[in-house]
Amino acid sequence: AYKRFSELLPKEMRENACSARVPKSDILMLPELRANPFQHRICHVFSTSETGDDSMSFEDFLDMLSVFSDSATSDIKSHYAFRIFDFDDDGTLDRKDLEQLVNCLTGQGEDSRLSSAEMEQLIQNILEESDIDKDGTINLSEFQHIVSRSPDFARCGGLQG
Amino acid sequence: RDFQQADTEHLSRWKRWKRTSSKSLKKALSEVKGLSSYLVLWRHDIHSIEGKFGTGIQSYFSFLRFLVLLNFIIFILMFSFITLPIIISKYGLFNNTIVNISPKYIEDNCTIYEPSGNKGLVYFYTYLQDLLSGTGILEVTSLFYGYYTIDAIWISTMRYNLPLAYLLATFAYLALSLLWIIKRSVEGFKQNLVHDADPFQSYCNKVFAGWDFCITDPNAARLKHRSLQCELQTDLQEEKLKQKIAERTMKEKLRIYSLRIFINIIVLAILSGFFYSIYRVTVFSQENSNVSIRNDTRTDSANLLVQYLPSMVITLANFIGPLIFSFLIRFEDYTPAFEIKMTLLRCVFLRLANIGVLLFSLWSQISDCGTDKCKPCGYNYKLYPCWESDVGQEMYKLMIFDFIVILAVPLFVDFPRMLLVTHCSCKLVQWFGLQEFGISDSVLEIIYGQTICWIGTFFAPLLPAIATIKYFVIFYIKKICLKHTRKPAARPIRASSSNFFFLLVLLIGLILAFIPVGVSIARIPSSKACGPFRNFNTSWEVIPDTIVTFPTGLQQVLFGMASEAFAVPFFMI
Repeated sequence: AYKRFSELLPKEMRENACSARVPKSDILMLPELRANPFQHRICHVFSTSETGDDSMSFEDFLDMLSVFSDSATSDIKSHYAFRIFDFDDDGTLDRKDLEQLVNCLTGQGEDSRLSSAEMEQLIQNILEESDIDKDGTINLSEFQHIVSRSPDFARCGGLQG
Repeated sequence: RDFQQADTEHLSRWKRWKRTSSKSLKKALSEVKGLSSYLVLWRHDIHSIEGKFGTGIQSYFSFLRFLVLLNFIIFILMFSFITLPIIISKYGLFNNTIVNISPKYIEDNCTIYEPSGNKGLVYFYTYLQDLLSGTGILEVTSLFYGYYTIDAIWISTMRYNLPLAYLLATFAYLALSLLWIIKRSVEGFKQNLVHDADPFQSYCNKVFAGWDFCITDPNAARLKHRSLQCELQTDLQEEKLKQKIAERTMKEKLRIYSLRIFINIIVLAILSGFFYSIYRVTVFSQENSNVSIRNDTRTDSANLLVQYLPSMVITLANFIGPLIFSFLIRFEDYTPAFEIKMTLLRCVFLRLANIGVLLFSLWSQISDCGTDKCKPCGYNYKLYPCWESDVGQEMYKLMIFDFIVILAVPLFVDFPRMLLVTHCSCKLVQWFGLQEFGISDSVLEIIYGQTICWIGTFFAPLLPAIATIKYFVIFYIKKICLKHTRKPAARPIRASSSNFFFLLVLLIGLILAFIPVGVSIARIPSSKACGPFRNFNTSWEVIPDTIVTFPTGLQQVLFGMASEAFAVPFFMI
């Protein structure tokens, strides 16, 4: 993992790789993240940079890899997944978050988005299934509850090496 | 990870080694799995089809792949147990005993069988005719039943009982197909159950866990996006339709049910019309083609047409039937998934019953014992000295014709249509448009071909090889056809339940194939003029004969097994 991190750094800074920070644009060059529709969110969630530029240090990088590895528990995975899906960082998944989530899933082009009626119906269904306290948003515990019953989640959240 | 590292320091050395070795083992296993998935036939092709056209069409192609493998294995089975020993022995490596007719069958007429091989000067045209109709030169090859005349093969001192092997291999391939299909459908059934059991969970599952984080290739990502979109849209559409159905009033329900009954009556009438025409055509074809062949007047090109008449009528019925059914079903107002199932059911019945009617008319001809025609031998020996080969030939003709049609339709219908639509911009042509990929029709085509193969393999042991090649070629043709001449379905269709349904229909085809083979083995007397069962009354008699030669203890056991008390519970389990 250290090797891959240092590969991302420009040559001059390789000696102090442990303390350097890699800008976001370089992180996105990683093959695993390149095709991922949640790439920006992932960078944002794992970055501990104070300046808000979403750059990542080596520890952040390690954190990210460990959450996505096979040996992370589903608690940790669902916790981080919740933070990734929470587009406005308000601690709950409301309608706007869900809408952005679905748009990320279906693709970036204009014709690959669901129509607004379909989107409405879909979000309604999702909230019906997962919103236990009926407040119109999904909080962390509801999310973890629904994800623990989902057979696909454990499978999909794994990155290689 | 920090926690993990801190942990390992506390553990003893033994446990540390165990942990690292289990980690590396896991890694090795996953690498092997990754590599072995490359060996799966057509993995990449099917994956790309899935992304572009949805899982419904992908299930069709993986079904095709399954059939290719099944046919290949059946072919290997038949070849190694039946054909190979004969070929080896004919080349003189082993001693063999040709079947000698026991004096029971004094009547010589039964044993006269002269297939007209390549005697004398033969025109090239007749080669082609033989290839297409399985007569003449092809008739005496190992393709057909008549080639297998050897009774036993002696390998040093062991006796390889060929008739028994033939029969057992037949049972084996039927059993193998049955078990394999059941195994596959059980997997699909489990998925189906899980899918339906938690319908209220499915949306969350798709949205929160839908993205595969292992995708690294942008193309693959695009495919995944599209398939997710298709799936979500399908689900939403079905839900809307279900709501609409639930809101129907009583009057509407009454109207719809009476309409459905009426349409079903029409469907039955059409089906019986088809069956009757097939029966008449088969009888006509058999009478006319037989007469001309026996008199060796094969220069008549109309003869080929007459021979292929049953195949042509069946194909025509298979083509028109689904069109009519899909037209009628629009009036019945079902959900899209159920519409597909209903049309499929009707088309399945049509196709399989067509084959059944053909075989029935063949048998009525063979066992036509009206005016003492079959007194000495038990079957109509004048017209059919080697009736198994004839049945095999009919199956062969059906298969070849099916193949030709599947090749010809894309070539002569789809490609010109595509060219027209892309180059000619007049309104009429644009309205006509490209054709959608009809999954149900395509699946039925291949199930129909597979049923023919199963029935025909008893009579023509090398038929599975032809079927393997045929499906192999069909895969590529359909793929090219799909990419260039079809547009994606306007209604994305869900595949998981369709997959199980295809296998169910295939199973019905297989069980239907049991009937003709079973009847031929057990009921109809085997030909005395050709084939390995000449010494026996019916083909089934090989087995009781062999059992009699076993030690008495074993005989008791086998008879006990065959008795009802044991067999029924055994089959249940």
